[in-house]
Amino acid sequence: MNFSFLKFRKIPLAWLLLTRQPLRLIVAIAGISFAGILMFMQLGFRDGLFDTSVTIHKLLDADLVLISPRSKSSISMSGFPRRRLIQTLAVEDVEKTAPVNLNYLLWRNPENLKTRSILALGFNPSDSLLIDDGFSNKAYKLRNPSRVLFDKLSRPEFGPIEEWFLSDKKVETEVAGKRVIVEGLVELGPSFGADGNLITSRETFLRLFPANPPGSIEIGLVKLRKGSDPKLISRILNNSLPNDVRVLTKNQFIEFEKNYWKNSTAIGFIFSLGALMGFVVGCVVVYQILYSDVIDHLPEYATLLAMGYRLKSLFFVVAREGFLLALFGYLPAYFSGQILYSVIRNSTKLPIIMDADKTILIFVLVLVMCMGSAGIAMRKLVDADPAEIF
Amino acid sequence: MAKRNTSKNNIKNEKTVSINNLSHFYGENENKKQVLDNVNLKIDKGELVLLKGPSGCGKTTLLTLIGALRTCQSGDLTVLSNQLNGASRKTRQILRKSIGMIFQGHNLLRCLTAEQNVQMGADLIKDLTYLQRREIARNWLSAVGLEDHHKKLPNNLSGGQKQRVAIARALSANPKLLLADEPTSALDSVTGREIVTLLRKLAKEQNCSVLMVTHDPRISDMADRILNMEDGKIYGAHSELI
Repeated sequence: MNFSFLKFRKIPLAWLLLTRQPLRLIVAIAGISFAGILMFMQLGFRDGLFDTSVTIHKLLDADLVLISPRSKSSISMSGFPRRRLIQTLAVEDVEKTAPVNLNYLLWRNPENLKTRSILALGFNPSDSLLIDDGFSNKAYKLRNPSRVLFDKLSRPEFGPIEEWFLSDKKVETEVAGKRVIVEGLVELGPSFGADGNLITSRETFLRLFPANPPGSIEIGLVKLRKGSDPKLISRILNNSLPNDVRVLTKNQFIEFEKNYWKNSTAIGFIFSLGALMGFVVGCVVVYQILYSDVIDHLPEYATLLAMGYRLKSLFFVVAREGFLLALFGYLPAYFSGQILYSVIRNSTKLPIIMDADKTILIFVLVLVMCMGSAGIAMRKLVDADPAEIF
Repeated sequence: MAKRNTSKNNIKNEKTVSINNLSHFYGENENKKQVLDNVNLKIDKGELVLLKGPSGCGKTTLLTLIGALRTCQSGDLTVLSNQLNGASRKTRQILRKSIGMIFQGHNLLRCLTAEQNVQMGADLIKDLTYLQRREIARNWLSAVGLEDHHKKLPNNLSGGQKQRVAIARALSANPKLLLADEPTSALDSVTGREIVTLLRKLAKEQNCSVLMVTHDPRISDMADRILNMEDGKIYGAHSELI
């Protein structure tokens, strides 16, 4: 058996230096974990914001989406003439279309009678609105006037709608001051822009929001024939339709919404800044720990230099200390992050998830934080003068 | 053939340490102070040399220069066939692997056990596996009589035991030269003598030269040669200039 790898095995000096003072190690790990948790939370909220803002966008059953060029995001949609959507049928690849109205209306909590803003979508029940096999059966019930489908993932402030509905209780309330009956439940999810959602027919929507011109819609859904290229058709439509409408592919529509939150508001910046603060706090903590560790062991490092060890070897010892701190600080941060994400998901219904991107990104940030701090602390090692130990 | 003989003679006459007109200064301009003044010294292989003298006479500076811990300013300083005047940092670092050092405060790494401290010395030997290096460390600990203390941290060892570990560490890298700075100063007379006896025995076995700075008169009889130092100059055992 070849044991040549044993030549490279050394005494785990970095580990032993770190664990010599367990209390200091625990404080260091706690500090790094805190910084890691802070970054997990901030990036979790940021990504949650971006993801929730496109929950409905992703569910729309469409290849192309028509919107007004004046629309900035789902929270500030402008209308455009419905006939633009009909004009798209002139292109052979367009199979069918669906007009959708979208606006915020006031929902009255049937339990405590308080009102709260809810995002309402109006569509023709015979059209396909969402990618959901069971949705068409629910949509059928909206043919009767004043019927709505309530999003059961909406925040509890809208009332115990799901509970009442499932207990076969007739759920009746007011939207925009007009009586509506909940005919079913859907699962969409709240976003930073909307705490709750409801879906109704265009007919009911226009009754609830009479100021909306009947010939005006906020979103036009276009379904293409199989094998069609959405990008090509969107280009053709953008060239052929007047400037009062903009044609986007579904992915572009999702990006359009995300870009609003990223660029047009301070929310993305604020959460990124929060993550940066966590990073800086972590850097300060690790630097303090490693710097005091180097100072504390300076005579020992000088002894090693006097024995013939290279300064580079000692740099590696400090670097390994930084790596170990990163590893031991990251693991509690990761597991705490999982628990906190779960708590936030349950209490806010926001889809904050620990995805691979975030897991890797924050590990890299913690690693950079620890290795960078170790790099700065190494400068002190140069002060280890072996001649001074005699 | 003649060339071969010359080479043999060179090896035979080779000194572990050879110093000619070595001077050293601290400070600059009006603060410049000479600590070594034209020092001349030769140490043979396997020789144990004691260096005595009052505090501030330059003993430690000489020790650090021979130990390749400082850059040589003036004169010739050859240690283990390496000329140190003008030597690069890399040359000095490599040379230090062949020089064992024993410090007054023993300077053991507090987070390492006695065995691991000794192994830090053995780790400098190339081409050995971890287990072989650990075996060397254990053998040296046995040689200094601490085989039963190999798992103890320095805090749990007495002053004499710590100094034994320091000796084992210094010898574990197979040095050709040992530099010891007051190794018995913190020890009682019996332990101090034991330590130097052990050091002398082990060094002779290894054919290792020893230069020991000491104020301890109780160990003078154990040296091959005693040098006195005063005002940066070295004198012989009976105050004769070498």
